[in-house]
Formats: sequence, structure tokens, C-alpha cells
Amino acid sequence: MSFYPARRRRNSLWMSLSTAAAALGLGWLLLILGVLVWKGLGGLSFAAFTQMTPPPGSDGGLLNAIVGSLMMTVIGVAIGAPLGMLAGTYLAEYGRYSGLAFIVRFINDILLSAPSIVIGLFIYQVVVAPMGHFSGIAGAIALAVLVIPVVLRTTEDMLNLVPNTLREAGSALGMPRSLVIQKIGYRAARTGLLTGVLLAIARVSGETAPLLFTALNNQFWSVNLNAPMSSLPAVIFQFALSPYKEWQQLAWTGALIITLAVLALSVTARMLASRGTVK
Amino acid sequence: MSAAAIPQAASLSPAAASRSKATRSFAASDIFFRRLTQSAAIVVLLLLGGVIASLIEGSVPALREFGFGFLTTEIWNPVTEKYGAAAAIYGTIITSAIAMVIAVPVGLGVAIFLTELCPARLRRPIGTAIELLAGIPSIIYGIWGLFIFAPFLQQYVQPALIALFGKVPFLSAVFAGPPYGIGVLTASLILAIMVLPFITSISRDVFETVPPMLKESAYGLGCTTWEVVSNIVIPFTRVGVIGGMMLGLGRALGETMAVTFVIGNAHKISASLIAPGTTISATIANEFTEAVGDLYTSSLIALGLILFVITFVVLAFARLMLMRLERKAGR
Repeated sequence: MSFYPARRRRNSLWMSLSTAAAALGLGWLLLILGVLVWKGLGGLSFAAFTQMTPPPGSDGGLLNAIVGSLMMTVIGVAIGAPLGMLAGTYLAEYGRYSGLAFIVRFINDILLSAPSIVIGLFIYQVVVAPMGHFSGIAGAIALAVLVIPVVLRTTEDMLNLVPNTLREAGSALGMPRSLVIQKIGYRAARTGLLTGVLLAIARVSGETAPLLFTALNNQFWSVNLNAPMSSLPAVIFQFALSPYKEWQQLAWTGALIITLAVLALSVTARMLASRGTVK
Repeated sequence: MSAAAIPQAASLSPAAASRSKATRSFAASDIFFRRLTQSAAIVVLLLLGGVIASLIEGSVPALREFGFGFLTTEIWNPVTEKYGAAAAIYGTIITSAIAMVIAVPVGLGVAIFLTELCPARLRRPIGTAIELLAGIPSIIYGIWGLFIFAPFLQQYVQPALIALFGKVPFLSAVFAGPPYGIGVLTASLILAIMVLPFITSISRDVFETVPPMLKESAYGLGCTTWEVVSNIVIPFTRVGVIGGMMLGLGRALGETMAVTFVIGNAHKISASLIAPGTTISATIANEFTEAVGDLYTSSLIALGLILFVITFVVLAFARLMLMRLERKAGR
């Protein structure tokens, strides 16, 4: 009986520590976002989206960087997403319990959180070095390598949510396995698959490290995939570390643009996932 | 077989013939689709193999030149072409270690708050907010650290630390030197903030695998919330929590952009935490495009190989732990 007050006291101590941790952690992260909006909003003008990155000491925008980022992301996703989806299909539909699936699942989980700078080195070795120069296509391939694990994982998870009775119904009608997957599995998991792609886009659109020595950077307007290409993260990296005020402001603006894009993508992905089609 | 099947089918009614034709084309496309997905799965394996093979191939010149001494030499001098990874390895490990010491207790605290204390109405919004924050690109943390956090530390925190511990025997060395703002301590703190959302969201997911029945029985016996957490939730999820921490550690070890901005890129092992240092990833990000000469490039790729091996081991361990928990939870 006499232990009771001590136990109460210890409980409230730990619980207030835990609440304090939550307040501290959330507050801190919100602080970062607040500063980002405050600093970035000042430079968020029409010019930021319509002008090229300027030489030091003059005003400009981020148009070439935005276009470069979009191009490399689109190509990266166009290469990576189908591969990830097919591999995810194999894991969920054909080889659910096979040894190959087990190994692929394990390796994929590791690739999912492997350091992205190492992926950059890999693409440098296999694409940039043989080509002899940095290029936008090398950047896109590096991003594709990062897209695959994200899409594979969500595809597998989403196909696993499709009830087996649906598949059995399809097979009972005499549909071959591949059609069951394409016409029933994919269709039932449609929004889930889209979620995976959106998450992958969100993941790669802020990636900097793998682009630094694949696509490099380009101060001028260029849509040539065979030449170095500008990207928002690389521009932020270069401009933030520069001593020029105009460049630093553009770095903040670019950071805000990326963050807003990533947040919009993840919120959309979440809304799609929670609405879901899988019953 | 198909050659024999065609005349046979032709002798049947037209409907049966088209039916057997359709069945055969189904069978062919079925095998094709299966092989297609299987090859895609194998591509994932080849990717990992390719990463390892290309890194090893690229680092051969450096490893042949320096041998095992590469791992233990602190010198990194592009002029005399002498390279050693010790300073970068040390920086990587020390920044990640400090980051984990800060982020793990806070992350667990937030997770406990979310699963046990938080009003049910706020649980989902806060959980979602944390997951969204986990998706913010690391360059954002880097730019914030460079422009806001480092000057703040330089002006207020570091002078105070130097003054406070200046007379204490051991700690005076840990907080020695001029307050640059950027340095190992700053990088560690940024890393801690960055991995916090990961650790929180994984711990929360893991805590939610505890069967409510277990917790309710403990509450029924009169346990306080803290006693339920420390005697039921944490022991039950121990493996998963460790797995989650290792995942966070894996991210911290490989993190590039958040660190590169604020570490100072100095290739020396310093006892002081506020001195500039470097990490493997920061070295590669800063120097790779400017590296001239095969030996320089090869040394940087060898650094990448070391980083990959370290994170591979940590991540593989994390996954094994999490898999054990999943089996236990019967999912």
C-alpha cells in the first residue's frame, strides 16, 4: 500500500518526460518548416519559375533547374516504376513463398534504405565513366535505381491485400493466371499501385546525393539528356554554399518548392491509400 | 505438339477450333508474363550485385596502393596522393552515435506518447505529421542547419559549453577550440533531428503490435501506465525496437546532404566535438567531382565501398530483428 504514492510519482515523471519529448520533437520539426516557409516565401515570385539560374550577383529564377528535375524524375520513374511493379507482382503473385522471393524481399529492403550517394557512385561507374561525361540520362538512371525498391515494396503490399477469393473467382471462370493478375489483381489494387508511384516520386524528387556526380549541374537552359543537366537539389546545394546573397535566397526558394512538392505528393498518396479500393 | 494439334482442331467445329487457339495463346502469354515478372525480380538482385561489383572494381587501385593501411591512416592529401579513410570513418561513426544517443530516447518518448497518452482524436493527425516529416528531403535539414542552426550554436551554445567545461579535466578537451558553428556536434544534432521521425514512426508501429489483451490485463492488475510500458510493451517489442533503431542508424550512417553542409570537411580526428570533421558521405559529396587522377577517384570509391559494407551489415541486422518480431506477432 505504501508503494502506491511512489509508483504514482514515478509514473507521472516518466509520462511527463514522454510528453515533453513529443512536444520537443514535434515543435522542433515544425520550427524547421516554419523557418523554411518564412525564408523561402520571400523569393517565391513569378520570376522564380520563369527565369534561368543567374550568374553571381544578379537576379534570376530556377526555371532550368525545375525543368531538369522534372525531366530526370519523369524518366527515372518511367524506367523504375514498371520494373518495380513487375518484380512486386512476382513476389506477391507467383513466388510468394519461394526462396527467390525471400531473397529478393530481403535485398529490396536493404536497397530501400541504402545510402543514396553509393547509388550515385554505382551509376558513375557503370554509366558516366564509360560514356566519358556527365549526363542527364545518367541522373535519370540513378533516380530509377532509387524508385525500384519503393514501388516494389508498395506493389507487393497492395497485391497482398487483394482477397484471394477474387483471384479464385477469376480462375474458376477459366481465366489464365496472367489475366487474373492483370484484370483482377491490378484493377483491385489500382489506387494502391498509384500510391506507390507517388511515394517513389516524392522520394526521388528531393534526392541530391546521387545527382551530384551523374547529372552534375548546368547553369544554362538545357534539355539535352546527353549533357550535364541542372536539378533543383543540386542548385540548392551549390547556391546555399555560395557567398552571394541572391544565390542563397534562390536556394531557400528552391528548398521551399521541393518541400511543398514532396508534401503535396505524400498527402495525395496518403489520401488515395486511405480511400483505397481494396475491400 | 502444336503442329499435330492444328489439323486435329481444324477437324472439329469452328467454335472448338477458335477455343483451342485462344487457350494456346493464353498459355503462351501466361508463361511470358510469368517469366517477365520473374526477370524483373532478378533485376533487383543484379542491382545489388552490380553495386557491390562496381564499387569493388573501382576501389581496387586505392586498395592495392594502400592495402589495409587505408582503413587506419588519417592522412588525406590530394597533393602528395596519400589517402587514408580513418578520419572519415571516425566522423561517420561518431556523428551517428551522438545522433542515436539523442534521437532514440526522444523518439521512444514520442512513440510512447502516441500509443499510450495521446488523446485518440489527436493520434492520427500527429502520427501522420511525423510520417510526413520523415519524407522531407535531407537537403532541407542541411540548408536549415547551415543558415540557422550553426550560427545559433556558434553564438550562444558553443561559447557557453566552452566556458562551462573549460575547467573540467576530461570535458575541456571534448569542448575545446574556437566556436566555428559548423563541426561534428552540429552535424550530429542535425542528424538526430533528421532520424527522429523514422525512429518515432517505426517504434509506434512496433508498439502497436502488442496485443491489447496483454496491456489490458496489466492495467487490470493495477499497473500504472509507465509500468505497462516498461514491463509489457517494451519487453514484448524489444526485438522490433532494436530493429527500428538499427534502421535509423542505417539512415544516419549513410546520410549525405544534411551532414555535408555543416560538418566542415576537415580530414582530421579531433578530440573536440565542436571542431570541424568529415564523414564518408560528406567527403564523397564534396570531393568526387573535383577529384583529379585515378588514385584520388579510386580512394573516394573505396570510401563508398566501406560505407556500403557498414550500412549493409547494420540494415541486414535491422531487417532480421524486425522479421523476428513480425513472426512473433503472427502477421
